[in-house]
Amino acid sequence: MSSSTAQIQLDLDNDHGAKLHFAGDWVEGSATPEYLDFRPQLLASAPNTLVLSGEGLGEWDSIFMAFLLQLCNDCRERDISIDSAALPASAHRLLQVATTVKPHKPPEEDSPPLLATLNPVAMLKGVAEGTRDSLAFMGEVTVALGRLAVGKANTRFSDFLTFCYQAGPNAFAIISLTSVLVGMILAYLGAVQLQQFGAEIYVADLVVIGMLREMGALMTAIVMAGRTGAAYAAQLGTMQTNEEVDAISTMGISPVEFLVVPRMLALVAMMPLLTIYANILGIVGGGIVAGGMGITPLQYINAGEAAIDSAHIFVGMLKSFVFAVLIAVAGCRSGINSGRSSAAVGQAATEAVVTAVVYLIIADAAINILFQQLGI
Amino acid sequence: MSESRAHIHIDKLTMAYGDFVIQRDLSFDINRGDIFVIMGGSGCGKSTLLKHMLGLITPAKGDIAFNGQSFFSAPPARQDEMRQGWGITYQTGGMFSAMTLAENVTLPLQLYTDFNRDQIAEVVAYKLALVGLDGYQDYYPSEVSGGMRKRAALARAIALDPEILFFDEPSAGLDPISSRLLDELIQQLQESTGATVVMVTHELPSIYGIATNSVYLDAHTRTMIGYGDPKHLRDHSNEPVVRQFLTRGLGAAEDSTA
Repeated sequence: MSSSTAQIQLDLDNDHGAKLHFAGDWVEGSATPEYLDFRPQLLASAPNTLVLSGEGLGEWDSIFMAFLLQLCNDCRERDISIDSAALPASAHRLLQVATTVKPHKPPEEDSPPLLATLNPVAMLKGVAEGTRDSLAFMGEVTVALGRLAVGKANTRFSDFLTFCYQAGPNAFAIISLTSVLVGMILAYLGAVQLQQFGAEIYVADLVVIGMLREMGALMTAIVMAGRTGAAYAAQLGTMQTNEEVDAISTMGISPVEFLVVPRMLALVAMMPLLTIYANILGIVGGGIVAGGMGITPLQYINAGEAAIDSAHIFVGMLKSFVFAVLIAVAGCRSGINSGRSSAAVGQAATEAVVTAVVYLIIADAAINILFQQLGI
Repeated sequence: MSESRAHIHIDKLTMAYGDFVIQRDLSFDINRGDIFVIMGGSGCGKSTLLKHMLGLITPAKGDIAFNGQSFFSAPPARQDEMRQGWGITYQTGGMFSAMTLAENVTLPLQLYTDFNRDQIAEVVAYKLALVGLDGYQDYYPSEVSGGMRKRAALARAIALDPEILFFDEPSAGLDPISSRLLDELIQQLQESTGATVVMVTHELPSIYGIATNSVYLDAHTRTMIGYGDPKHLRDHSNEPVVRQFLTRGLGAAEDSTA
């Protein structure tokens, strides 16, 4: 059979009736008439009844049915009755199936005007709400920790150990790499300046103090936020999707005690240890660069040893503790509040990392300012 | 047409995971235009058989032929071509949760047809209308009910006007009324498109309501022990297990000596 172009022709009779003839092949890839082009013609003739005829119709597929469906929906809105019995039997049948249920009209939502989204009051309210939610979550965690302290919490020690292993030993490789490199970067940064004064030996002080007080804790925290914080959000988000969190709640177990507390404690236990490890490797990294500048290892160790001060170690450890809590809170909160679809889980993981990094930087600045003022 | 009525031919199929044989020596035909049900007790390998038919698992022995052409000895490109003629719904729907219903149905059309953007939107509206979901284009799968999600999965399965439709437990988890409506919809679509329908189910109402042919897989003997119209099997099968299954165990008492 030779293919022929798809055509429609509208015939009016004198009794407000109309007949629509379909002809040609209505298949994918051929040029078919668009319903929107035909619509004005139909509306202008305003018939009461419309008879569809498929006498000259060749092959047809979904594109033909899509045309018919738009036609039928339009006619239904305008009370034009349609007779499709003269179409091929299966097309008639499919059209009946497709038109049994009226199209659903989604409720119209008024999108707020552009200026309303910039309203500072609303924005502040949003920030206040976010802060309140975070504080509420922190409160729940504190209550759960309290119950844990008196031995009433439903927290499993085996969970805690598993998470410790995931957050600790499993992170060694990436922490080793980043901290050696950060130590080297610190040394290079200082070396350029110090060489101008012939004070290369102070590179050791710079690296040791820099790593202990600042970079060791911060870099570890940023790596862990991306690694473990995101993992927590994804785990809890998936559990939310699978209704596991609901199952836990209906067993009378607090999800915070069962899911959040072991994760947070594991991170709090592991982060300071990882930070110590990062500090050591960072100092070694700095030593490599110092060696390249002509400082002997013995000189580097001597100068570095003199720079170590318990105050620096204390500040670094305090930071790593605070950072661990913040990463765990950001990750677990995003996960627990996640929506129930795969997209929502991805969003929760992203949110966890972004929030954690923002928290980290703010907390770091705050701690630095505080200790600057205290003179520690 | 000169080609035989057998649309899908299962030839001495043996399914195994490693050394563990699940079913052996399955041989049967699924005719063009059938609504064919694969039934059997839990764990007998119904879903595994379906996965073999979909080419997701390679058989340990035997072959499956579509329109007389072997699937497993065909080159990969030809296998993909054959797959384009199939529509599949999965047990849990398999809808992409990050996409709206319209985007879900659009995806196969974008991949395999030359429709332009407007035409795709029209065809998507038509496919959704067929399953009674026109107007729900911009809803995400998580925003509609379980029954609607199943129907949306059906809309995606029929997007490319497939000649074979595979359903894995289409009415699992639906209430009896939605379940019947879905059955009717499958039947109507089958009648108007002439597609062959293969479904895995153990819902007796749907088996009696729409199935025209069936196979019963037995977990104990690890092979098929019933083949034919389920109503006929219920009344005339020589195997008490099959009659028991088809009568929810009620017919067992008087026939257990058979």
